[in-house]
Amino acid sequence: MIPFTYERATDANDAAKAASQPGARFIAGGTNLLDLMKLEIEKPAHLVDITRLPLREVEITNGAVRIGSQVPNSELAAHPLIRERYPVLSRALLAGASGQLRNKASTGGNLLQRTRCYYFYDTSKACNKREPGSGCAALQGFNRIHAILGASDSCIAVHPSDMAVALTALEASIETVLPDGSTRTLPIGELYRLPGDTPHIETNLRPGELITAVVLPAPPAGNQTYRKVRDRASYAFALVSVAAIVRVEAGRVRDARIALGGVAHKPWRALDAENALRGKPASMESFVNAAQAALAPAKSHGGNDFKIPLAQRVLTRTLADVAGTEAAA
Amino acid sequence: MTNRSPISPAINPVEENRQGTIGKALDRVDGALKVTGRAKYSYEYRGVKDTTYGFIVGATIGKGRISAIDTSRALAAPRVLAVLTYQNAPKQAPLHPREPGANRYDRSEPFLFSADVRYFGEPVALVVAETFEAARHAAGLVSVRYVSDEQAQFDLRANQSRAYKPKGVNAGMKTDTSEGDFDAAFGSAPVKIDVSYYLPYEHNMPMEPHAAQAVWEDDRLTVYSGQQISATAQSTLAKTLQIPVENVRVVTPFVGGGFGSKVPVHAQAVLAALGAKAVRRPVKVAQTRPQMFANTNHRPECLQRMRLGASKDGILTAIAHDVWTQTTPFDEFIEQTAAFSRVLYAAPNRLHRHWGVILDLPTSDIMRAPGEEPGSVAQECAMDELAVALDMDPIELRIKNEPQDDPETHLPFSSRSLVECYREGAQRFGWSNRPKRPGTLRDGRWLVGYGAASAMFPTLMRPSAASVRLSADGTAVVQTDMTDIGTGSYTVLTQVAAESLGLPANKVTVQLGDTRLPKSAGSGGSFGAASSGSAVLLACEDARSRIAQLVANDRRSPLAGADVNTIALRDGSVVAGEKSESLQAVLSRLAPSGIEGKGEHEGAEKQPKYSSHVFGAQFAEVGVDIDTGEIRVRRMLGVFGSGRILNAKTARSQLIGGMIMGIGAGLTEESVVDLRDGSYVNHDLAEYHVPVNADTPRIEAICLDEKEPYANPLGIKGLGEVGIVGVAAALANAVYNATGVRVREFPITLDKVLGGLPEATAT
Repeated sequence: MIPFTYERATDANDAAKAASQPGARFIAGGTNLLDLMKLEIEKPAHLVDITRLPLREVEITNGAVRIGSQVPNSELAAHPLIRERYPVLSRALLAGASGQLRNKASTGGNLLQRTRCYYFYDTSKACNKREPGSGCAALQGFNRIHAILGASDSCIAVHPSDMAVALTALEASIETVLPDGSTRTLPIGELYRLPGDTPHIETNLRPGELITAVVLPAPPAGNQTYRKVRDRASYAFALVSVAAIVRVEAGRVRDARIALGGVAHKPWRALDAENALRGKPASMESFVNAAQAALAPAKSHGGNDFKIPLAQRVLTRTLADVAGTEAAA
Repeated sequence: MTNRSPISPAINPVEENRQGTIGKALDRVDGALKVTGRAKYSYEYRGVKDTTYGFIVGATIGKGRISAIDTSRALAAPRVLAVLTYQNAPKQAPLHPREPGANRYDRSEPFLFSADVRYFGEPVALVVAETFEAARHAAGLVSVRYVSDEQAQFDLRANQSRAYKPKGVNAGMKTDTSEGDFDAAFGSAPVKIDVSYYLPYEHNMPMEPHAAQAVWEDDRLTVYSGQQISATAQSTLAKTLQIPVENVRVVTPFVGGGFGSKVPVHAQAVLAALGAKAVRRPVKVAQTRPQMFANTNHRPECLQRMRLGASKDGILTAIAHDVWTQTTPFDEFIEQTAAFSRVLYAAPNRLHRHWGVILDLPTSDIMRAPGEEPGSVAQECAMDELAVALDMDPIELRIKNEPQDDPETHLPFSSRSLVECYREGAQRFGWSNRPKRPGTLRDGRWLVGYGAASAMFPTLMRPSAASVRLSADGTAVVQTDMTDIGTGSYTVLTQVAAESLGLPANKVTVQLGDTRLPKSAGSGGSFGAASSGSAVLLACEDARSRIAQLVANDRRSPLAGADVNTIALRDGSVVAGEKSESLQAVLSRLAPSGIEGKGEHEGAEKQPKYSSHVFGAQFAEVGVDIDTGEIRVRRMLGVFGSGRILNAKTARSQLIGGMIMGIGAGLTEESVVDLRDGSYVNHDLAEYHVPVNADTPRIEAICLDEKEPYANPLGIKGLGEVGIVGVAAALANAVYNATGVRVREFPITLDKVLGGLPEATAT
């Protein structure tokens, strides 16, 4: 670990200002950042501790729910508002990490956690995300957990968050404060970037920009679910996950929101699948077609070939489950 | 009963078990210390002043040579005291010979002795600083340039054709054995199985990382290091550092798990000693979890070919078990994987062979049930495949082939309850509910299957010594350099001593893990309890005999004149027939400063008359998600013929611990080698998947009431390893039963069954 300076912020504006200086980083739960600092993958010169900022409320206003960025994952998952109105989010949170980590991890930090690509974590290996221009060791290496959608020749890493997949299906937006004191709101779809040839730039946040809240619009009508497929029953990142919200009326799919995790550099909104499903009978054939549409552009790299059929299968089944329950009700 | 063990004492209180201390589910005597954080592990000693911290720098090539090292930036960093490399490290003995001698763990283990890099992650420097953080930071400032050897080989399959025949295999076993004419018998067998299995590298990964602290006082060295065998650690350090063995003290009273990986002395202990010598202050070195992947133990990758020939009614006529296993150019370790099939089933024509495949990787070494665990996968999956070919129940097939004596040595078994284990287990598990055809039992979206497999591990006993001191206040202190690696040694030795001395368990204190104490075999090979327990039994017998002499010769004692061989220690008293006198009274009068008993034995007979093993039957029920292929264990049962049980609780813990580790071997654990540079890709516990609580279902372990008359005077069988054996095979067989997909590449992850599952649209 490289020596660094530390300050504890008491005000969001001041925090953003402090973090806009070169080499500064925010720290909240530290569940990812500390590991990365020990490995000298993250080398901040200055840490701005934002855990004491008054950003720990979950409030409802005009049907929308505003989640302070410092709300711990475990509190959020257990919050009655979330459990009742956004079960997909509660399930996604509980599918992630372990009880101890969820107690420490914050909402904002969860959004900004970095990939779990083995090669990103190993400073002896080439990684364009860690060291731009050095290459991608995963491309020809062991890439069982890597991306099948939206990847590039520079980077095939995946985003590890479960929570962000649910937020993508819920069309959440992100509220921030900038170093100049101004604020802005980004749809979650605009928070993340695909790797392209700049995989080291993972979000569209500006230097010092601080996430203060995540806002959930009123829940869309329909059933919600989150399904995570992984190599062991707990404490493993998703090989593939699905967040789905499906509304069935009179045997037809009126609306669908689908996001996939574990398949891309960001939570992957499966718009093609949603379009393929909308207006169609709530039948197995429609679900198969939707899953095929979602995976049509998929490309694998050897070790992760199985992820394409796996994602198709789990998406098909998740749609059948979530729509079937609605149809029955 | 004839031919009792040669070290049987005159009176065997363990056998009599008058107090009932033996077998009792006594709580761990060190449990309170552990849960309150007072049990001190090697990295935690703070007693020494001026402690400094070492951090290892590992090589970043798979094989080659260091062409330049620049330590100037590291040395200039704050609080850095020294940077050791091959250029300035204190002198050490040359590296041990490639082929293991009589004891591969008692040999020189130098580090930083050459510019050559043998494997990815090999230590190339040690940074010593005043804080851990400073050392770790400066480690990143050491700049090393390498010339890579482009001929380096990392791929087992690609090198299988270059395999060689080693002189012997691990645990002193023969490389190849045979009987009859396998080729002819297999050629003419009406039913044949010829299948190959692949098993990956697996890492032991105990929770306590490998850590050590070294303190020099003049030319005397004390090393606090988590070790399984105190005495060989002491000897290895003495040989490596070229100092007299009596100048080295190893302290290891608490060890946070080992699974074999703390039998050898690893880099942290040697480097701590070198660092401490260089800076003339104590040095602590802990390996990080990623460093442990290159620099501690792991099980080698292997390919196994299994051929079984049988008659149409399921009588085995031919067994061939061929194994190709990874080893290295600088250290030969050949896991005795074909040894499992030498002991399990009768067949007149047999072939059991090993080959080594030299790869430029860190040396493989022992991991829980070396040989038996991987060997059981091939043998026991192949038996299941044969049962399918015969359309026979796989348990009935095994029972049909139960041997009359040890198929390899033709010695009689001292005890063997495999058939009873299967019968009892089948009944308890509900084996009759197993679907006869694969893929036919459903529970919602889960395909459900049952599997079974045999477990076996040798019952060994190694030379050990112990002492016991009885004080006039009626308490006793037992001493031996035996270790407790989480197994329960403190507790079972307390029970042996308490029963033998006629004292309550809370009057006995056991001291372990220090080379100043009488030398034992330590923890390894499941021989710990038998070896050290027998020594404690003998020490207590020696104490009893001394006390008996005293009272028999003391006119003031009511036992005066009694036959010393009939005088026993019971319920806090010295007893002969109807006569008795309290132990405290005897000692206060006749031995106010206490009585010391010593016990020592030479281990099991060199030419055994019996074949001694623990056998067991493993049962597993798995669910396979019909959509995703996710495999989850629903329940497991292990039934073992395990001789006398010293402690019902620690025995069960050992067995279910092994069974859980077997879930890892079957379903989750694999250390993936990057074939481009020989590094382990998934080198942390986030991506090297050991089973977590959620993967661990209802697990039961049952010990049958079995008598073991010969293997050791305690009548016990070591249970540290047998629990893992057969689990991976039982799980694989259950996955087949659930899905009809036969996976021969381990671990069985969902991608390997996905292609064989019904269409996604299936209801």
